[in-house]
Amino acid sequence: MSRSRSTASRLRRIWPNALATVLTLVFVFPVYWMFATAFKPTGDIISEDPVWFPLDFTFEHFQTAVTADNFWTLVRNSVTVTGLAVLFSLVIALLASFALARMRFKGRRGFIIAFMLAQMAPWEVMVIAIYMLVRDADMLNSLVPLTLFYMMMVLPFTLLTLRGFVGAIPKDLEESAMVDGCSRPQAFIKVILPLLAPGLMATSLFGFITAWNEFPMVLILNKQAEAQTLPLWISKFQTVFGDDWGATMAASSLFAIPILLLFLFLQRKAVSGLTAGAVKG
Amino acid sequence: MTVQTERPDSRPAEVLKADGGERRAPRRTAAARARTTALAPYLLLFPALAATLLLLGWPLVKNGLLSFQNLNMRQLIQHLTEWNGIDNYAEVLASSEFWRVAVRSVLFTGANVVLIMIFGTLVGLLLARLGSKMRLTLLIGLVLAWAMPPIAGTTVFQWLFAQRFGVVNWVLDKLGFHSMADHNWLGTQFSTFAVVTLLIVWQSIPFVAINLYAATTTIPKELYEAASLDGAGAWTSFTSVTMPFLRPFLLATTFLEVIWVFKAFTQVFAINEGGPDRLTEILPVYAYIEGFGNQHFGMGSAIALLTIVILLALTSYYLRIVLKQEEDEL
Repeated sequence: MSRSRSTASRLRRIWPNALATVLTLVFVFPVYWMFATAFKPTGDIISEDPVWFPLDFTFEHFQTAVTADNFWTLVRNSVTVTGLAVLFSLVIALLASFALARMRFKGRRGFIIAFMLAQMAPWEVMVIAIYMLVRDADMLNSLVPLTLFYMMMVLPFTLLTLRGFVGAIPKDLEESAMVDGCSRPQAFIKVILPLLAPGLMATSLFGFITAWNEFPMVLILNKQAEAQTLPLWISKFQTVFGDDWGATMAASSLFAIPILLLFLFLQRKAVSGLTAGAVKG
Repeated sequence: MTVQTERPDSRPAEVLKADGGERRAPRRTAAARARTTALAPYLLLFPALAATLLLLGWPLVKNGLLSFQNLNMRQLIQHLTEWNGIDNYAEVLASSEFWRVAVRSVLFTGANVVLIMIFGTLVGLLLARLGSKMRLTLLIGLVLAWAMPPIAGTTVFQWLFAQRFGVVNWVLDKLGFHSMADHNWLGTQFSTFAVVTLLIVWQSIPFVAINLYAATTTIPKELYEAASLDGAGAWTSFTSVTMPFLRPFLLATTFLEVIWVFKAFTQVFAINEGGPDRLTEILPVYAYIEGFGNQHFGMGSAIALLTIVILLALTSYYLRIVLKQEEDEL
């Protein structure tokens, strides 16, 4: 009797851990398989029985991916578009979030609600209209419209999240700086901005991810090979290279690594940032 | 701005004349500063508003205008504007294809969101039960899946489910389902949706689970103590303390997932471009292929607008709550 009870209690203690182990494997496996395939010699990739743990490493597939046509142009495009979009949206959002968090004025509620709605903008179905506007402006195959629209995609989230972060900084800090003779802009730069740094990091992380991953708009706007960004290249890679899974996985790995590192590095802030922005705002 | 500050300034300046010129200057700047302060919020908001109107408002209006135009390849090349009233809407709403795609989108969204919410909640509750080491392990696994870019995730799933040398077919074969050894997952509507659903659910569970776990850590311990003093067992304290506490979170997350899955253009398009035989097109993909692929841009815009209307209808309950909540808060 007592023995069976102790087995039962042991089972009760063990099952969460066992389940967690299985789940960890399930969630990690696709990511692991991407990297494993990228590093495996082709012979191990097209084998009747999968090679679970690659013992031979090769950089051959990365070589194929990196020397593919336009690869470095696309890297430059992606980095430029993403970086500028995030930077612009941070600056614009910082100004606006300060007004929304700290000042009382007419129409404030309306602005906040407008930005909340803007956050849910269905960009994926607006691409036809955007194509027409960009075409009329003769800007197809340019990075400028991409940068601007990516900036707009991340702006509402950035703004609402920063509003939360600014609001969380005690007003006294700023006021005492102003009593000490700082003007309001000075107080903002000297007192609030340093305290906002973690918030800015978390917010820009999500802006970065959104812009880095964006697919439908670049698919429509930039048909020219040299004007594209990495997501488009990844999606076509397999077709272009004819079932070269090693190279496809190497390309996907190269594309995913910056984001995976950012996420792991900023995990905690990322979570609180997203909760603050997405669920509340 | 200068015009606006000038006018109200004149009055205090006149009154001050008697006091002698000395104090005039500082008072005037103080009044000017008050004016600037009143204007400041609007100035600070101006760039954000201008960007929103130009880059979001204008495309939306343009979408509306296009949906009332007969705009095909010929009109596009010759830059013709041919208004055709509600013809596009009439045609779209009368086509059985549109309704098939709409129903398919809603079912696809529903299936995904139900799976995401159920498994996300279970994983989140499991996280709350784990010891710190195991919890960190699972968290890292979840974060990796969450962080995976959708487009990279899609190619990886294409490879996992590849007809030849794909791991999934190999495992199914070994488990005794020998007919699956060379199964083409992207060959039928149902199995393509199955792969996309697995992909989306795999990527979406971490968001729900991690945030739900974070929410459970904010539940005051006293509530559980009070419940156990009242003689509540594990199940009762779960239903009477945990669930009521998590309900607002679960509601908000469910609707966010509805919005995200309904618009899941990237995964659905990248995995098989809506194939086989256009059978896995969901509304955003359908709008793209009708409007852009078949070059019926006016028609595509009408479909896009109807898609937005359907999305609004699906999420109106949530939007109402959020807007009301925000109004109460401000």
